[in-house]
Amino acid sequence: MLRNQVAIAGVGETDYSRDSGRSELTLALQAIQAALADAGISADEVDGLVRWTVDTSAEAEVAANLGLTSLSWFGEISQAGNVGAALVTSAAAAIHAGLANVVVVYRGVNGRSGRRYGRGEVTGRAGQGSAAFSEPFGVLTPQHGLAMHTRRRMHETSTTERQIGMVAVTERGHANRNPRATFYDRPLTIEDYMESRYVVEPFRLFACCLETDGGGALVLTSTERAKASGRPVAMIRAAAMCGYAADRSYIDTSAVTLAPRLWEQAGLAPSDIDVVQIYDHFAPFVIFALEDYGFVERGEGGPFVESGGAMWDGGALPVNTSGGHLSEAYLQGMNQLIESVRQARGESTAQVDNAQFSFVDTGVGTGAVILERG
Amino acid sequence: MMAELPLPVPSPDNQEFWDALTEGELRIQRCAACGTLRHPPRPMCAHCRSFDVEWVRMSGRGTVFSYIVTHQPIHPALVDRVPFATVIVELEEGPRLTTNLVDVSPAEITIGMPVEVVFQRASDEITLPLFRRASGARVG
Ligand SMILES: [Zn+2]
Repeated sequence: MLRNQVAIAGVGETDYSRDSGRSELTLALQAIQAALADAGISADEVDGLVRWTVDTSAEAEVAANLGLTSLSWFGEISQAGNVGAALVTSAAAAIHAGLANVVVVYRGVNGRSGRRYGRGEVTGRAGQGSAAFSEPFGVLTPQHGLAMHTRRRMHETSTTERQIGMVAVTERGHANRNPRATFYDRPLTIEDYMESRYVVEPFRLFACCLETDGGGALVLTSTERAKASGRPVAMIRAAAMCGYAADRSYIDTSAVTLAPRLWEQAGLAPSDIDVVQIYDHFAPFVIFALEDYGFVERGEGGPFVESGGAMWDGGALPVNTSGGHLSEAYLQGMNQLIESVRQARGESTAQVDNAQFSFVDTGVGTGAVILERG
Repeated sequence: MMAELPLPVPSPDNQEFWDALTEGELRIQRCAACGTLRHPPRPMCAHCRSFDVEWVRMSGRGTVFSYIVTHQPIHPALVDRVPFATVIVELEEGPRLTTNLVDVSPAEITIGMPVEVVFQRASDEITLPLFRRASGARVG
């Protein structure tokens, strides 16, 4: 069993900006260097590299820059931005199986100054394949499909726009404590939210994730090796991925099928978790994920968030404590994986007292990791 | 140069669906082994894993299952068309199609609204199945 045998030994990121002025490869390498320094592990020890398929920096290029002559474990996971936890799962499995010793998960992206997700520049398929049945009718970007899902689920669960707005307000409050966050110095009230324009109804402007230039990296190794550096570590209590079927119901997220496996593997229940990061490409999915992972009952996610339950300051279960994709940065889950590690190590700018179990989802059901303070 | 919404690019797995539309019929794929309807078309029945298919004409009636309204023209094709509504119609036979409504303003759309198919020719090869408010007949 994986339980706590592998750890995230180090995390690193670049600055987050609208125009990095450097290549995606450079961003990835800078983040990797920072993460290795954080872990107290030399680049010479790295023998594994894994990345998002949508990341443009191939493992071989990264290896060449790091001067690595051999990789024991490498690969990409496809879908889109939502595979960060799946990559952690892959890396952890390799280390646990003895196939690699130090695996780096990395992401470097010019998501604002380069190809923009919000305009379908990464995911557009020109009417081919299954897109023949969506793009000709105006479902052109991920947010179109996710808005469709949201509208139906709002109808089914009575989730309101104000509740969705409170996700954005909650996260903004966390970002206002985090100097790395894009919206560090920009407060947001629920009135601001309700007055903001629609982008794709039912998504208002502040329900949508940022577009960010930046890099991030995680260094995974055995818990034994990680602790040898004398640095604080985040042990992987459980890690799981879940590919979703093409035939999406527009009602549930794949967290419904992932959750039982994850909780069983962890030997934990949702009530054991101290702090949560959820993939907030769009604000309502925080509510849906809280429900589908079992943190609250179906239909109770909206009221939970609306009453302040997800806030660091006084909430029962703080969510997206760095500001998330809505207010910190959108590195396709990477910045939330980093924040989940910081929480487990007691280093967040919105630190939950005595956090023992730190939960991170990176795709509303495509993958999740539970970290334990080590 | 104005961008257009992408036209469907048919493949061997769905050619029959598009051919039927050019003939003015909405035909949906049905498993010839177990009778399960499926859409979008694909080679294998997820229910019984048969490759045998037949194509069945639908009534064309259904209801709005979900909808969105694009306000910010985040894609170049929508610049001159916002606010632009996209809906999912659930056919009375069960399958759901992503489509547009031709005679309903975005503000009028509601989940559950009865609609019926119309055919809009886009090219020699492609006719799109769009929907309009149902005429009189009760749906369901
Ligand atoms: Zn069948």
